[in-house]
Parts: sequence; C-alpha cells; structure tokens
Amino acid sequence: MQKIGVFVCWCGSNIAATVDVETVSDALAREPGVVFSTNYQYMCSQAGQDMIQEKIRELGLTGVVICSCSPRMHEATFRRACEKAGLNPYLVEIANIREQCSWIHKDKAVGTEKAIILGRAAIAKVQLNAPLTAGESPVTKRALVIGGGIAGIQTALDIAEAGFPVDIVEKKPTIGGKMTQIDKTFPTLDCAACILTPKMVDAAQNEKINIISYAQVEEVAGFVGNFSVKIRKRARFVDETKCTGCGLCTEKCPQKNVPNEFNQGLDNRRAIYIPFAQAVPKVATIDPNYCTMLKTGKCGVCSKVCTAGAIDYRQQDEIIQQEYGAIVAATGFEPISMEKFDEFAYSQSPDVVTSLEFERLMNAAGPTGGTLLRPSDGKHPHTLVFVQCVGSRCDGGEKGKPYCSKICCMYTAKHAMLTREKYPDTEVYVFYIDVRTPGKNFDEFYRRAVEEYGVHYVKGMVGKVAPENGKLKVQASDLLGGRQLHIDADMVVLAAAIEPDRSARPLATMLTASMDTNDFFTEAHPKLRPVESPTAGVFLSGACQGPKDIPETVAQAGAAAAKVIGLLSRDHLTCNPCVAESNELMCNGCSACEKVCPYGAITYIDKEFRGPNRTTLVRRVAQVNPAVCQGCGACTVACPSGAMDLKGFSNAQIMAEVDAICK
Amino acid sequence: MQERVKAKAIELLESGCRVLGWKAGEFFYDVTPAVFTSREEIERDFVFNPFCGANQSKYLIAESRRGGRVAAFLKPCDTYSFQQLQKEHRILRENVYAVGVQCPGMCDMDALRAAGLRGVTGAEDRGEKLLVHTLRGDREVDRSLALSERCRVCKSKKLLDCDEMIGQQGEELVSTRFTEVERLEAMTPEERFAFWRGELSRCIRCNACRNVCPACSCEKCVFDNPASGAENKAPASSFEENLFHIIRAFHVAGRCTDCGECSRVCPQHIPLHLLNRKFIKDINQLYGPYQAGADLETRPPLVDFQQDDPEPSIVGERGTNP
Amino acid sequence: MQVNQEFRPTIAAFCCNWCSYAGADLAGTNRLQYPADVKIIRIPCSCRLNPLFILRAFQRGADGVILCGCHPGDCHYTTGNYYARRRMTLLFSMLDYLGIERERTRVEWVSAAEGAKFAETMNEFVSTVARLGENRRLEDLRCKSE
Repeated sequence: MQKIGVFVCWCGSNIAATVDVETVSDALAREPGVVFSTNYQYMCSQAGQDMIQEKIRELGLTGVVICSCSPRMHEATFRRACEKAGLNPYLVEIANIREQCSWIHKDKAVGTEKAIILGRAAIAKVQLNAPLTAGESPVTKRALVIGGGIAGIQTALDIAEAGFPVDIVEKKPTIGGKMTQIDKTFPTLDCAACILTPKMVDAAQNEKINIISYAQVEEVAGFVGNFSVKIRKRARFVDETKCTGCGLCTEKCPQKNVPNEFNQGLDNRRAIYIPFAQAVPKVATIDPNYCTMLKTGKCGVCSKVCTAGAIDYRQQDEIIQQEYGAIVAATGFEPISMEKFDEFAYSQSPDVVTSLEFERLMNAAGPTGGTLLRPSDGKHPHTLVFVQCVGSRCDGGEKGKPYCSKICCMYTAKHAMLTREKYPDTEVYVFYIDVRTPGKNFDEFYRRAVEEYGVHYVKGMVGKVAPENGKLKVQASDLLGGRQLHIDADMVVLAAAIEPDRSARPLATMLTASMDTNDFFTEAHPKLRPVESPTAGVFLSGACQGPKDIPETVAQAGAAAAKVIGLLSRDHLTCNPCVAESNELMCNGCSACEKVCPYGAITYIDKEFRGPNRTTLVRRVAQVNPAVCQGCGACTVACPSGAMDLKGFSNAQIMAEVDAICK
Repeated sequence: MQERVKAKAIELLESGCRVLGWKAGEFFYDVTPAVFTSREEIERDFVFNPFCGANQSKYLIAESRRGGRVAAFLKPCDTYSFQQLQKEHRILRENVYAVGVQCPGMCDMDALRAAGLRGVTGAEDRGEKLLVHTLRGDREVDRSLALSERCRVCKSKKLLDCDEMIGQQGEELVSTRFTEVERLEAMTPEERFAFWRGELSRCIRCNACRNVCPACSCEKCVFDNPASGAENKAPASSFEENLFHIIRAFHVAGRCTDCGECSRVCPQHIPLHLLNRKFIKDINQLYGPYQAGADLETRPPLVDFQQDDPEPSIVGERGTNP
Repeated sequence: MQVNQEFRPTIAAFCCNWCSYAGADLAGTNRLQYPADVKIIRIPCSCRLNPLFILRAFQRGADGVILCGCHPGDCHYTTGNYYARRRMTLLFSMLDYLGIERERTRVEWVSAAEGAKFAETMNEFVSTVARLGENRRLEDLRCKSE
C-alpha cells in the first residue's frame, strides 16, 4: 500500500501568483495513494524540509512528490532531505510547476489546471519508483597524462607532488613539446630552454613520474577511476636502459640528409638522432624511414661505434597495458600548414618563414647558431615584414580557422623587438588586423616594441608577396593611412594560426570525450568546469582545449592536476544508480544494446537456464556494468524484446506519466 | 529436384544429423517445415515441391541448441534469414549443416486462382511449367503465372553461407518489389489511411505473422508481456490493430530480410510485407542500401548512424511522393 | 461534449534532461509564454524515447507528440540523439504511410541555451496541432473519457 506525501511549494509568489496552490494540494490529495498533501511558502527552506521529514517519519511515507521549481534546481536538495528522514532518495519525484508552469502562464485557472496535471504525472510515476542504492567503484590511484609538452609536464609534476604515480605518454622521442623550439618568451624575454629544461629534468627524476616517450595511446577502455589503457611504445631500435646519450652514433651515422624536425626542417639531422642536447630521455632514436640498415640491412655503423651496445635493430614495438584512475589530455597544438596560402609565396621562397621557423633562426641552438640569416643565401636581412593573423579569424574559408589563435600578437611583438634589438640596422614592419594584448604586462610589452624599438606597426593586410631578384616584393594596404604600400623585403614572417594536434581527434574518440568543430576538446562547462571534459575522469590541460600562451597553459595544467588529485585521493566513487538493467529471462542475446552503448557497459555471458522437463538451456544474455553505465537509455529502445530497462526512468514509469498527462 | 533433395536428406540423416525439411500437409499446398529423425519418415513424408515456401531458418534457433547436429535445406531467401539470425547470435552455426537449394520461385494458391484455375487438387513440378490437376482435368500452366507475389519480385537467388549446394549458385536480382509501396506513397494521406484501415481492420490477431517471422523470435514478445505496455491479445480497437502492426514492423526494421512469410501465413490476406518493405525502402533511401542478412559484419541501420543523417522533418518535407 | 468550445489539443513533449529540459527551464526563467497544452516528460536522453511511448500517448488522448533533444553532435551521451534521429525518422515515415497526419509528430533539437527556441517551437507546434483538430486516426475510443 502506497503512502504518498505531496508538498506544493509557493516559491514565495513565484508559483503562488499564477497557480492556486491551495487548489493544487487539495486536488492532489484525492489522487490514489496520496495520504497527505499540503502547501507551504518555501519548501526548500529549512522549515519546509523539516516539515517533509516530519511527515515522512510521522506517516511512514513510501513516496514523496514535491511540486516546486525545476528538478535541475532542487531535486538533490529534496532527495537529501528525505534520505535524512529515512526515505530512499529515489522515492522522491519533482513536479516542475515553476519553470514549466507558473512562470510561463499568466492565467491563474490555466496554470492551476496544468500544475494539477503535472502533479498527477509525478504521483503516477512515484507509485512505480523503486528504492535505488548508488553503487561504489574503486579508484585506481594512478594518472595518465597524454602529451609531454609544458602542459603535460606541469600537470604530471603537480600530480606527483601530491604523491600519486603518473605516466606521461609522449609521441616524440623527447618530452618538452613546442616550448623546446621557442627561443625567448614574452613578455619577460627569458629564454624558454632556461625555464623549461629544469622542469623536464624534474619530471625525469621524479620517482612518481614515468615517462613513456616515442609512444601513443592505442586503446582506452573503462570509466572514471578505472580506465584501462593500451599504449604502443614504438621501437626506437635503441635500448633506453643502455644508451648513455653520448651522441657518438649521431655523429658517425652516414645518413646525413634527414630533415631536422626540431629545427622545422631548416637543417638536417642523421638517421639516428637525439632531437636536441637537453632531450629527456636523452637517448638516441633510429628513424626507420631513413636508416640504411633497417631498410636494406647494410650499414650498422651506429652499432659498431656504440660502446654501450645499446643499438638493437630487431627491437619491436612494445605494448604497455596499464590501469589509471584519471586521464589528462595535453596533446597541444601545431601551426597550420601554409601550403594553401599562395599569396604569401611560402612554398616559392625559403625566405618566407613561419613564426616557429623564425624562432629557430633566432635561437642559439638553431641552424644558424642564433644569427639571423636568410635561409636562401645566408645573408643578413635588412627589411623584415611580419604578417599577423595568417589563417586566424578567417570566416568560412577552407584555408584558415575561424578563431583567434591568441598568441600571435604577442610573439610577433617579441620577434620584432628582438630583431630590432639585435640588429639595429633593420627595418621591421608588422601588419595586423587588430593587436590584441590583454594579459599582465602584455600591452606594455607591445608598446615598447613600437615606442622604444621603433617597429613599424601597420593596420592592414598583406595582399601579395612576390619573390623577385632575391627580394620579396610585398604589397600591402595601410588602412589607417589609406594607401597601398610596396615594400622590398628580405624576409617575410607569417604568424600561422595554430590548430589542435592531429592526434587529438582519434584520442577524443577513444576517450569518448567531445570536441568542438575545430577539434579542440570541449570542456564540461565553458565557465565553471574549464579543465574537465564532459566525460568523467578525463581532464584537459593546455592548448588542446583552446589556444593559450605558456602562463595560461601552466595555470590550466595546475588546475587539471588539482582535479586529478581530488579524484585520486578518494578511495571509492559513488555511481549513478539510474542505470540500465537487463532482464535475462527476456534477453535474446542479439547484441543490439551493446552496439548502441557509448560506454561499452554491456557484455554478454553464456548462462544456463532451466527449461521444461528438467532440461537446461544455455543462452547468451546481456549484462550491464552499473559502474560504467551512465543511464542514457539507448539500449532500452534498441532492445526488441524489452529486456533492457532503465532504473529511475523505466518503461512503466514513463508510460504512467504519459497516461497521467494525456488523460 | 525432389529426388535429389530427398536423397541428400537420407544421406545426411545416415551421417548422424537430424534433418530439417518440408513435410506434406493435409492438402498438397500446405507443406510445412518438419524435423526428420528416421529414414522411414523421410521416405514417407519428405517433399520438395513448388509449394515449399516456408522459411526454414527460424526453426534453427531451437534446433541448433538441441544438441547434436541438424542438417537444414535452405532456399536463397531462407539463407538471408539464416545469416541474419547468426548475426544476432541466435543460431549456433557450428551445429548446423546447411544445404542450399536453388529455388525457381515458389507457387501459391492465390496465384493459381488468379490465373483462373478452379477446383485445383494438386500440382506437379515440370520445370518452367506447372502441371495442375483440377477437378476438370489436368492443365499445364507457365510456372511464372503460379508464383507467389514475393517470388515474382525475387530480390536474390544467391545462396549464402551454405556447406553444400543443390543446383547452381544464383545472383542478386534487380527487383521491382517496391512498386506497391510507391503506389501507396503516391496516395493522399486520406487514401492511405482508408487503405490501411481496410486492411488492418481485418486482423484477427491470430499472431501467425509474428510466429512465422524469423526476426520475431524474441525470448519473450512485448505483446505477451503485461509489463511492456503493449500487451493485448485481441484486436479490440482500431488503435490496437495499428499498434500491433506498427510496433511489429518497427521491431524488425533493419533486421527483416523481406522473406515475405508474414503475408504468406496471414489468414486474412493482409499485405503485411508492405509495412516491412516501407521500412526497407526508407532505410535504403535515407541511409544507403542495406540488405539484412547479406553479411555478418555490417551494423544494422537502426544501431548505426551518420553525423549527417537526414532530420525526421524529411518525412514532412519530401511530400506525398518521395 | 460542449459545442462552441475552442479545441485545446493535448501535447506530450519528451525532453532530454541535459539540453531540452534545461531549455524549457530557461524559457520559464525568461518568462517566455507558450500554451499550457504542452506537458513535458523528462527523459535522460532523446534516445530513451521508445516508439511505444509515442503510440501510447496517442492512444491515451494526445493530439500531438514532440521530442526535443540536444543538437546532433552535442549529445550528453555523445551519440544518443543520432540513434533517436533514425528511429524517429523511420517511425514518423511509417505513421505517414499509414495515413496518420504527419504534423502530429515532430522532433526539434533545443539546447540548454535556447529557451526562446523552445517557446517558439511549442507555440508553433501547438497551433499546428490545434489546426489539425482532435486526433482521430490513432485514437483508442476505450481510452476516451466521454
């Protein structure tokens, strides 16, 4: 026998002004199963909650219906209140008579009538509610950081600092990411390597951090607290435990013509290489696309010169299977390809470079030893033109990106300033749409470039760059001056837009984390949960979530780490009890439910059933892992026999609501 | 043909299989599926004649789990259902020895009557022709005139997933099976409503369509389950008639191989296959060609999606004649 | 039955918890009016909507049924609305094929930020169904109160 209590809230005058609460509570008192019905000014107040609790105890209520604001507002409040009075929290239903009734109707008779119907539907549903208990799942106290740039390194360091083991998976042979290629950092102009490499060493030396370099995540299964990840560590043909990083092999290797990606292809490296002097781990890697030994079986020079005996031409990819409680995506960014931007003659002249290439040309460890020389003839350039927003803020075009890449204004100011500082004999032009310098000391920095260093900032876009007799003829418009400019430049530097790393999209699929149309990871809430992905247990760090500079990246990396630490410090997680369940007696074992489940929560077992006449029959039946199921209900409709149902939103409950509403 | 099939049945029986084949009924045309376990039964009752339209695959759900091996004779359209049921993990393939039997198209009494034959007492297979015995003597007619609707618009003569074949392997055919669906689509909603009311109101809810359907093989049918919200055993109102047939067709959508058994067994001659074919036609048009049972791997269209699938509003936008 | 009384349709609106139900709440917060004929049923995801529920609603007296969910690509459960979209498309097509008025059923994607769209959609849907009048082709006389 049901004993349902109905509590109608006035919400001050928010509900009571357009819904006659007295009539509603009287009408609902006459519904089957209802033993108590009342109305009160503020049901969510302490006094209101006390009244509900008192009635639960006094009347032994088996179900509670609260006619109030949206369940999105106070469902949790009322559930907690009822639980304190000894009623299972899932025996509470909310009728939304504020947002979906009193606030949208002006006529009191209409509002009252609708409120009664909504109340009836909630009563009809609560009759069929079952007490549910939230399950618990354990938490694996280990984190995975995918990407070993400054974002990943900082996140890993912070997590390790709190005492949790953490693995960094980096696809390149060394950690460090884009920041290793940068010369100096704005707005302080300190050298990137000087602040980054100590962090890389910290990460390598931290006992809690395990760096898995030259590796990629291949498969992710499981759920928050219990991820199971398969990592493919690619064969580098060098035994990491034996290699001392002496670099002798990289000097003796006869294959000298491999474009050096660390210097953006501006010079060459060998087939066996260490990306740069401060690489972590500092071990050599053989590039199988260029190594003569691996391709033809004839060479073996590196093996002969290696005194540590670290070279192993037969090394295979290694598969690492590891369990994690939390995963942080820190896959970073890439500058977009300049190939589609013919107007800037990037493909035609080596003297048209991207900003990242320019960083290498200015860097003491770069191909020119830090002396700014034109790639085409190695001569000192006198006139430099910087073009901003190349591919950023492009509307609708296939060439570029609709968003602002955020960092280009500042690094262009930095480049211009450094050029003028080192080479006072140069003329430096910067073409811009807007100069965006919000950030601490950013605008001051930009103004210094203009005022102290005499950089010519021109509002307008470069229309065309044409290589001619060793010069680059730059045609541009000066919007403020209202004239066309023709500049004979020695070098043109393009501030290419940045885009998420290409590995992010397949990774998002594996993580079931969502992405926006630009392939940046989506945050769980754009304002209030900026470092969490909508998928529980997956966190975001750095530029994979959106363009950002180093201080912002480090701040977000720390924030993501804090979220991970919060998760890993718990022993158990409470699961959502409103999950699917399979009625094995009705299950056909057809796999339709498994196919539509986005979480892989459904598995099959062969189970023995008793048949007529003492026979047994083995049937394949579906089983739901309640810790993995998120309760969407896709399976319940895919199931032809109706064997799958969803707790809290069962077929019977929804149909009871339908009946109440359509009566 | 009958002799070859029968000889194979005896051979397989003697190799230790139970044999799923066709058994003569009370009348020459009501041939029914049957499991044979002795040579005598086969010699006495086993038939393979132009009226063996029944789809054998559904029986293999139970037979393949009974222990031991079962040999089954499957026509091309049966093999589609056979494979679809394997895809749904319903048939244990390793316990089945599948003999594909090429099919020249099966006949039915409706077609014979429509061809003007009355008082028919029997019919014999004469290859391209059919020798029909009537009360007024024998008549030879073209087999094509005697074919059931589904065989006239046959979609495939291909035998899938057989351990052995009797007759030649066939090909997928270009079928005109959607013509009737198109005719209905071209009607006004009022005309369609009148058409289907006329048809569905004759439903006596005998459940024959469900019971014969290889796709309708749930452990427990929603229509028999009081908790499902769809339970009802009588065609108590026009709504119930609609509900039963809409839900039945929806449950098999993307799984129905269009074998046509539902219409064959309907005692009220309701063209139920036109509901299934509507779903098949929509699926083909909206989500790309799909033939249930054609393979074991492709995801069925209702448990699959494309990000740029058409919106449901397409139903209103495409007009009366899509 | 009274004559001259304006016909008020009964509309069942199934809304997914994460987008459309929140969108409906936002319509309320912004005091955007739509007819009281619309009664919302909260479901976790648009993919929870079983065609049976729609038929049940029509049986019990609904004159129109609408499903609202997250925009394709924005599903809280990543893919739920994609399955819902196929199911509803095929179901609506089948209802149309049986001669049921196609304007009685509808799917609309409404995000949590689209309170105005929710209200507009409901206003429009109610007037469309009201124009069609009472659901006669998919009614169950046994369930009628008169």
